[in-house]
Amino acid sequence: MRNQWGKPRGLVLLTALYVLWSLIPVAIAVRFSFNDGRSRSTWQGFSTRWYVGDPAEASSVLYDPSLRFALNQSLKLAMLTMLVATPIGVALAIGLARWRGRGSKSSNFLMLFPLVTPEIVMGVALFLVFDNLYDFVTFGTMAQFLGHVTFSISFVVIIVRGRLFAIGRDYEEAAMDLGASPSEAMRRVLLPLLTPALIASLAIVFALSIDDFVISQFLVGGADSVTIPVRLYSGARLAPPPSLNALATVLMVITIGAIVVAGLGVKYLGRRFGGGEDSALETVGRLEI
Amino acid sequence: MWPGFAIPGVVWLCLLFLVPFYAIFAVAMGRIDPILSRPIPEWNPFYWDPTVFGDVIGDVFGGQLGVIALRTIAYVFVASAICVAVGYPVAYFVSRKAGRWRWFWLLLILAPFWINYLMRMMSWVNLLSPDGQVNQLMSLFGVESLPNWLSGHSFVVVLGLVYGYIPFFIIPLFAALDRIDDATLEASRDLGASSAQTFWRVTWPLSRNGVLGGLVIIMLPMFGDYYTPNLLSGSPRTRMLGNIIDQFINQTTSQGAVGAALTIVLMVFVAGLMVYYLLTINRATEEARS
Repeated sequence: MRNQWGKPRGLVLLTALYVLWSLIPVAIAVRFSFNDGRSRSTWQGFSTRWYVGDPAEASSVLYDPSLRFALNQSLKLAMLTMLVATPIGVALAIGLARWRGRGSKSSNFLMLFPLVTPEIVMGVALFLVFDNLYDFVTFGTMAQFLGHVTFSISFVVIIVRGRLFAIGRDYEEAAMDLGASPSEAMRRVLLPLLTPALIASLAIVFALSIDDFVISQFLVGGADSVTIPVRLYSGARLAPPPSLNALATVLMVITIGAIVVAGLGVKYLGRRFGGGEDSALETVGRLEI
Repeated sequence: MWPGFAIPGVVWLCLLFLVPFYAIFAVAMGRIDPILSRPIPEWNPFYWDPTVFGDVIGDVFGGQLGVIALRTIAYVFVASAICVAVGYPVAYFVSRKAGRWRWFWLLLILAPFWINYLMRMMSWVNLLSPDGQVNQLMSLFGVESLPNWLSGHSFVVVLGLVYGYIPFFIIPLFAALDRIDDATLEASRDLGASSAQTFWRVTWPLSRNGVLGGLVIIMLPMFGDYYTPNLLSGSPRTRMLGNIIDQFINQTTSQGAVGAALTIVLMVFVAGLMVYYLLTINRATEEARS
């Protein structure tokens, strides 16, 4: 019934052109990561040498130390951030959703502020505070980790809180009427119901962290804390070999993989724990920058 | 019991968001160590020294920084206008007119969302480099003097901004258009409106908040962007505010105070956008709660 008022040929054409324009440059970059030559603009046959080849020349993602360190650093940061930001964010979401007393309004605004602050402002702020006040924080992995958790917490809160509102308080109250203590009700009723939002949060935080550029760059310590996006930025204008494209492609596959896993997890667990499919991914779709 | 759950998160955000935020002001209003020539933050507002900040403001009104600030505004507005002009029809088509293939189109417009920004910019650096595909194509058509696209062209930077941020405009707009009830549009048609009238008097007003939301989401990071002009031009002719901040914070250690002062200037620029976005999210959660 949607298309009952005439065929929007112009719209189809425009959308198709937009999609081509938005994806073809990336597709070309991915294609040349498989080029069997050093050029990124002349095709010389298919090869995976920029991914796993040439141990002696150290020119592939696997063997070039600067590329492999960037991959390691990105994965390490994303894992750490995911494991720390998610529990803090889930607890904060539960606290903010239920707490009505003094300070709840201002805590809520404090939680929303990182979402609306431009990344460069947060990058400058964290740089200055680590440089001038928190002297025990060293630039590099530690500073980057603290920064990534800081911008991730609010996303977790938004995702989990949407689910909390959808669940309501009825299940918990029913459990307590049946004799469960508040902590039992939380552990055996609320947390299982939150599982889909939890999975979504883990994956989104992972993706946000591994894709982050600005915070990682402001808080970089030395060559050993360069992440993939920072490496892409510093290498892009220096006529790089296709191994840089290979590194970017690896990042793309990891990010999309995390999102697909999250989507499947939310879908499967949402069904299993009742309550239908969550709108967590949509929520973030509306918020993410 | 409930505040207890919130405490770790609130403490974290106080120590690593509020305090750092305040540090921008403390450094901007601090002094410069005469020997080491590095900034000394002044944490007590009673002793704030506005000299550096005043110099920066003076430079914004009538100096070199003013030119850069105006250029930043111009780039952001032109890029945002193009995002609306291209993004609105695309979001409108996919949400309301795509029919059976809707999921497929949706997948395609979501794809750039999950491809790293730097990878997407790097792809264009690749295409536009002197021996890149764009110039190869042009020489195929017999163009003799091939331009160097990456040497300080404003339109390349603006197109880069559009390319980078338009997916983040389309997605929230798509969500807003998607929420419009078909029955509303059918009612409009039944009451005798033409499809153009239905669009302008029903669909467009109902999607206006989606357009505003999308604009805020893309304009906030665009105002602070420094990597797009750096990658696609790198020339002083296309510097934006973000480039100056990046330069003073990341590339020199002694100019932290100037960098901090510039960050405050940037925040003044985007304060309205930030407040609007904050109130929108807050209203959305209040509605979801009740």
